[in-house]
Formats: sequence, structure tokens, C-alpha cells
Amino acid sequence: MYDKPRFLAGGDKAFFIEFGNAVAPELQHRVQRLMLVIQNEEIPGLVEAIPTYRSLLIHYDPLQTSPKELRDRLESLEQRAEDSEFPKPMVTEIPAVYGGEYGPDLEFVAKHNGLTPEEAVQIHTSATYLIYMIGFLPGQPYLGGMSPRIATPRLETPRSKVLRGSVGIAGNLTGIYAVESPGGWQIIGRTPIKLFDPNKEPPALLQAGNYVTFVRITLQEYTRIEEMLQQGIYKVKETQMA
Amino acid sequence: MEIFEVIQPGPLTTVQDLGRYGYQQYGVPVSGAMDNYALRVANLLVGNNEGDACLEITLLGLQLRVLEDTLVTITGADLSPTLNKSPLPMWEAVMVSRGGIISFPWPKRGCRSYLAVAGGIDVPKVMGSCSTHVKSRMGGLEGRPLRAGDYLKRGQARPTILGRRLPSQYVPEYQNQSELRVILGPQDDYFTEEGIHTFLRSEYTISIKADRMGYRLEGPRIEHKAGADIISDGIPLGAVQVPGDRLPIVLLADRQTTGGYTKIATVITVDVLKLAQAKPGDKVRFLQITEEEAHRALKEYEQTFYTLKRWIQQGH
Repeated sequence: MYDKPRFLAGGDKAFFIEFGNAVAPELQHRVQRLMLVIQNEEIPGLVEAIPTYRSLLIHYDPLQTSPKELRDRLESLEQRAEDSEFPKPMVTEIPAVYGGEYGPDLEFVAKHNGLTPEEAVQIHTSATYLIYMIGFLPGQPYLGGMSPRIATPRLETPRSKVLRGSVGIAGNLTGIYAVESPGGWQIIGRTPIKLFDPNKEPPALLQAGNYVTFVRITLQEYTRIEEMLQQGIYKVKETQMA
Repeated sequence: MEIFEVIQPGPLTTVQDLGRYGYQQYGVPVSGAMDNYALRVANLLVGNNEGDACLEITLLGLQLRVLEDTLVTITGADLSPTLNKSPLPMWEAVMVSRGGIISFPWPKRGCRSYLAVAGGIDVPKVMGSCSTHVKSRMGGLEGRPLRAGDYLKRGQARPTILGRRLPSQYVPEYQNQSELRVILGPQDDYFTEEGIHTFLRSEYTISIKADRMGYRLEGPRIEHKAGADIISDGIPLGAVQVPGDRLPIVLLADRQTTGGYTKIATVITVDVLKLAQAKPGDKVRFLQITEEEAHRALKEYEQTFYTLKRWIQQGH
């Protein structure tokens, strides 16, 4: 973590506030705190912010504010954020079917790590994962905190189509495909939960700074949750972090 | 009201407005018109709000049947537009009659043309915008490019004046060679001095891998100090990303919200418009300027646009 946040150029309508150069929960928390403060303030000329692992990209309108003014304002808000109280983060439970047709690479992940598929699933479902950021594609979470015991390199040849809801591993990261896309992650399972819905506000189910856990479900439960989602009667389980 | 039937869609025709803001924190790309000057002017000339939804036509091929008499304006690239095979004037509000066929047969100059219709193209707003982002199947017409057999609707037109025409000094001249002004950063310190020199002193050619997401450029490779990977951060419009192959990619309207490659510089807002009309094979050079200079350029541009807007709205 830097002593003082660094401001980096991002063209004539944006700049970065960077807090450090590492993937670490403390840095993410600092980014998240500033994001929360920004969302609760009326800041003239601020268009939107993108929070990521260790920085925020601030989009602004130079016709309404000078970058100097905005940087000064953000710097003082950031100092204030250090002493503020924030709500405890939420933990979202993601139900997933592991292995078989829905998780074609589970066997490989297990074998690669000298485990049985059961053990690999057990390890994957026993951690609580920090959502470092949402990005690249709509609703796509970047999760941290996976056990190195199930780390597995990406596929040598990426699949041209990975279905929405697929749960995967790439190196020491785990993630969920929020929308269908090509991809090279080892797919170990699938969730019926929709991580992105353009008609909802906010459209992304998960938010940076919160956490997720995975819970193993059966195929029947998967189908039942899918039906309930269609009828609009399924509620994703969320609890406050202890 | 149904206004057009799509006879031929061309390779890529989409509905666009000024883009989708406020949702990048959820991974939703901005999208929107690549050349928003052309879109804003087209709208004003038919009496719309400057940010109403238009068609963005890429290079060629679009053919529309007109279903009701209506006022339209075509701006941006000159794709030799015709109405019933007679040339259709550009940068001017013109009446097209029911049964007429509007075509864009081939590109003369520029890359993207905009067609505004009085009342705007009527598609549902998704997260506050009509813009199509094809990759995430969002916005526009069912989140996809136009197809043959599609019907397009228009919104309620406002009373307006026929024959409004943009004075010629405001019509941009698209070049095959552009100088793109940039502000260095955020990761310019990941490059050697030699690398920065290469970037600022070389001519680059727009490759065939150039689309709404970004333009890959070909030319001298840009040297990093160590590597091209960073911890993923946000991507502003016009960011010049230099990945492991050391060739620059300028990221544009449909860019992903975040990325994990070094960004050497950002093209200033007004010069992104030049790129929007550049095609594979066209040449670009980068020129470093300061943030203050970029803001002066942006203010001048907006001032000109404002003057123009007032002039149009006063009934010229």
C-alpha cells in the first residue's frame, strides 16, 4: 500500500486513484470505502467511478469541474473515509451443481491436484471468497481466496462457448461466468443463479467488497431453483458477514 | 409508428445513442455512437434531442424501405447514400416518401454513417440507453445488429423545419492519415524511454482487427521495462493498451470495463472522433499533449457545437 494515494492520468475525462500495487484484501477495502463515500456525496462533475483491485477510475466532466478541484475533493473524502463506519459486507450463497455435464473439468482439476473429485468440491465449497471487483463483462465477479490445493492452469485450448452460470478455476482464481462467452477456465460446476439482469437495479447481483460462498446442490435442486427463478419466487440467500 | 423495413442490413448496422453511463462499476460497457459529433448533428437537423437513438451504419450495405413519409438526416461517413438510386444529400434534413428505398452502396470517405429520423429510432431503453452492445446482447434491437426483415419504429417527431443544412465549415473532412493527441499514462512508467519514443515517433497502420471495441495497430513494437501485465484496472475511452505482443490497441466505445494490460496513453476525446471514421489501412501518429491543452481542445469543440446547436435551433 502506498503512503499517499497516487493520481494517474486517464485522458481528458478520467483519472485513476491508485492505493497500491498488489492483490490484497486491505487494498480492496480501501477502494471500496472510497467508492461508498463517493456514492453518498453529491460531487459536481463526477460522472461515474469504476472500482477495481487497487484503484478507482474516476470519470468526470471537465466542463463542470477542474481535475484539480476534483482530485482535492477526493483526497479529503478519502482521508475522511478512514475514520468512517461502514455497513458490514454481505455474503451471498451461490448454489452450484458440481461435476458431470455441468462441470466437465472437475475430474481434471481433482487429478491435477492429487485429490478425488469429492475432495476438490469440498475444498471449493468450504471457503468464503472476497469479490475484488466486477468487470470485463456485465456482472462478472473476480473472486479471491481460493485454496491453492485446487489451483489448476487454464485449458490449453479455450472453449468457444462457456454457458452462463459456469463455475470455473484458472490458476489460483475461481469465478463464475455471468454471461455466456468464450473462455479457457476449467469448468467444475454450474449455478442456476443469474448474476446479471439488465432489468434489475442494480443489474449485477454481486458487488465488489462483498463475499460469496458456494453450496453444493443436486441436479433436482438445480432444476427446482431454475423453475422458481422463472416464476420470480426464488430468493438468493444473503447474510451479513459475521 | 413503423418507419423502416430492413431489406439488407449490411455487415454491421446498429442502433446507438450517446452511450450507457453509470453502470461500468457492474461491468456494463458504455457503447454508444463511435462518432458522437455526427450523431448529435444528425439529430439536431431533424429536430430531435442531440442524444436520440440513430442508426450507425458501418462501411456499406444497408438498404431500407421507407414505410411512412418522414424527415431524415444522414451524417458521418460518405457511404454514397441514395434514395431510389438518386444521390441523397448528407448533413441536411431531407424528406423521404413512403415506398422509397434508401441505400448505402459503398464507402467513399470515412467508416461510419449515421441516419437520424425525426422522433428518433424507438427501441426500449436498457439501463437508461438505447445503445446496442452486441457482445453482451444488450440494448438496441434485441441486443443485436439489424437483420433483413426487421421493422424499425420511430418516436414522436417534433415540429421542425425542412431543409436544414449544416454549413460546410462544420462538415468534417475525414482523412486517411490522422494525428491523434494523447495524454501519457496511466502506465507510461512501465515502458522504457526507448518505448515511449517509439510510440510517439512512429507511424502506425490500422489493422483489419478494428471494430467498435478497439483498433489494433501495426507498426514498430513498443518496449516495456519488464512485462505487459498489470493488476486489472478500469479502461477509459481512447486508452492505448500495449499487451505482450507490444503493439498498441486503442480501446473504443464497446471496450470492456476493465483490463489487465499496460496502458501507455489515452487519446483525447475530440481525436477519438477521427479514429471513429478511420478504416483498416489508414495511418495514425500520436502526439503528446498536456491535460490543460486537452481540456482547451475539448472546450473549443463543445463551444463550436453549442454555437451550431443554437444556430440550428433558431430555425436555419
